[in-house]
Amino acid sequence: MSAKTIIHGIFNDEEKLKEGAIKLRSARIRVKEVFSPFPIHGIDPIIGIDRTWISICSFIYGLTGMSLALLMTWYMMISDWPADIGGKPSFAFYMNLPAFIPVTFESTVFCAGHGMALTFFLRSWILPGVSPKNPDPRTTDNMFLMEIEAKPEDEERITAMLKASGAAEVNIK
Amino acid sequence: MDTSGMNLTYTLSAKTKKILQVLIAVGLILTIWGILKHSQTDIQKQRIWSNIWVNIMFFFGISLLATFFYAVQYAAEAAWAVAYKRIMESVMKFLPIGAILVFVYCLLGVLGVHHTWKWLDSAAVTADKVLQNKSAFLNPGMFLGMTAVFLIAYVAYQRWTCKVSIDIDNGGDGTQMWKTNRTRAAGFLVFFGFTSVVGSWFWFMSIDAHWFSTLFGWYVFAGQWIGAIITFNLIGLHLKSKGQGEFLNDSHQHDMGKWMFAVSFLWTYLWFSQFMLIWYANLPEEVSYYQARWDDYRCMLWTMFFVNFALPMIMLMSRDAKRNRTFIFIVGCIIFFSHWVDTYLLVMPGTLGAEGHIGLMEIGMFLASTGGFAWFTLSQLAKAPLLVKNHPYLQETLHFHI
Repeated sequence: MSAKTIIHGIFNDEEKLKEGAIKLRSARIRVKEVFSPFPIHGIDPIIGIDRTWISICSFIYGLTGMSLALLMTWYMMISDWPADIGGKPSFAFYMNLPAFIPVTFESTVFCAGHGMALTFFLRSWILPGVSPKNPDPRTTDNMFLMEIEAKPEDEERITAMLKASGAAEVNIK
Repeated sequence: MDTSGMNLTYTLSAKTKKILQVLIAVGLILTIWGILKHSQTDIQKQRIWSNIWVNIMFFFGISLLATFFYAVQYAAEAAWAVAYKRIMESVMKFLPIGAILVFVYCLLGVLGVHHTWKWLDSAAVTADKVLQNKSAFLNPGMFLGMTAVFLIAYVAYQRWTCKVSIDIDNGGDGTQMWKTNRTRAAGFLVFFGFTSVVGSWFWFMSIDAHWFSTLFGWYVFAGQWIGAIITFNLIGLHLKSKGQGEFLNDSHQHDMGKWMFAVSFLWTYLWFSQFMLIWYANLPEEVSYYQARWDDYRCMLWTMFFVNFALPMIMLMSRDAKRNRTFIFIVGCIIFFSHWVDTYLLVMPGTLGAEGHIGLMEIGMFLASTGGFAWFTLSQLAKAPLLVKNHPYLQETLHFHI
């Protein structure tokens, strides 16, 4: 297996980066990753990232939270220690269900929100003590960086294409 | 983006006219049959009047909340909704007619022609301690006075903003007018925020005159809002089905779908909050409202609630569903009717007690008013180009992408 070179194209402008990425992709060159100070609108399909699954994850976490809350209220208020509150008999779960809706709602939102945030942190590996994967600190400020993994013989061609589409710098590692 | 290639002139086609004519004709036949068959006793006469009030308030509410939503777009400086501006205006133009109908109905109530509001009858007030205590607020002068002031202010804003919209098309200064519109929209929203709640006390809550609920105004507001959102969606889909409305892209549809989803949840949240607290506290003066609905309208109450809540939740949760025009159409039509049933349940138990039920007359009146409202709205839509000109956000809305 031949060694691969990593090429960093650094841009001042996210629109130029998008144009560059479209040109590279149409020349069958894979853009491995883009680093930017803010989310670039519409970059995902350009560099070939599939639609995120995080909304489906969130739905599943929400269902989990809802089930947990219903189980909890059933166990505490109906099964284990039925309590007569405000003259409401607790013979059956469905009779008291309206009283349990608020806590079920909160639990659903809590699990969906926290589950989604934790999944995002794990997936992008942003955790306490982890060193940043960001190759250039300027991408947290004003620069946009495109990372390309290429064979050594393609190096010059890609460099020329990046320059032509307006890259401020091209670094080869 | 260039709009010169688009056909921006809407015409009410012969086919659409025919569908609406059939709708109105069937509705009128059922209504007249119902009126002829059921107009002997007092309660049967009141049933006709209550039905009229349900339909007036349902469609008046749609046009009023269309005006509200339109003002929100200015106050929030939103660009996406500019593509829907003419559609919103066509719905808003029903507001003057709706306001006149509301006022006339209230006036007839004061004159004793119908008995929708029991506290307007002075004999009933003398015999009732609770109504006497409320008479500083619930009296004919206050009722007609506040109704008139609210309606005049709503109509004044609506007429002004619709007129300005056409003026800008004919070469006005769009940016300057946008700024004026933003300020006035914010003023209207403040006025509307307070008065819509007070209006709902007079128009709906005082039908059950002994009962009161702090949350009621917001709940009525949310119900009317979802009606307005569905109407925008359906008119947008109608334009698309005729091959017009190229400026409404999938992202616009997605946002309108989101509104349908979100406002359904707002309505459900408010409905349930009101119900749950009253159910739990179980105080005699509060439960009377739900007792009347529970005893005589239980099936309708829960069907309406679950349709309005679960259907948008399940059908419109995913991103693809909100962009799918068939989904939006089916869900929109079903919850449109279901929110009409919600309005029905606001009026009937308080005016008819156990006597009210949805029969052919109710269905007929609903069909006839829907047809009439659609006819009016679409013919207003035909009077102006489908897309505004000289609006500062026009290009942004044409390139809208999420």
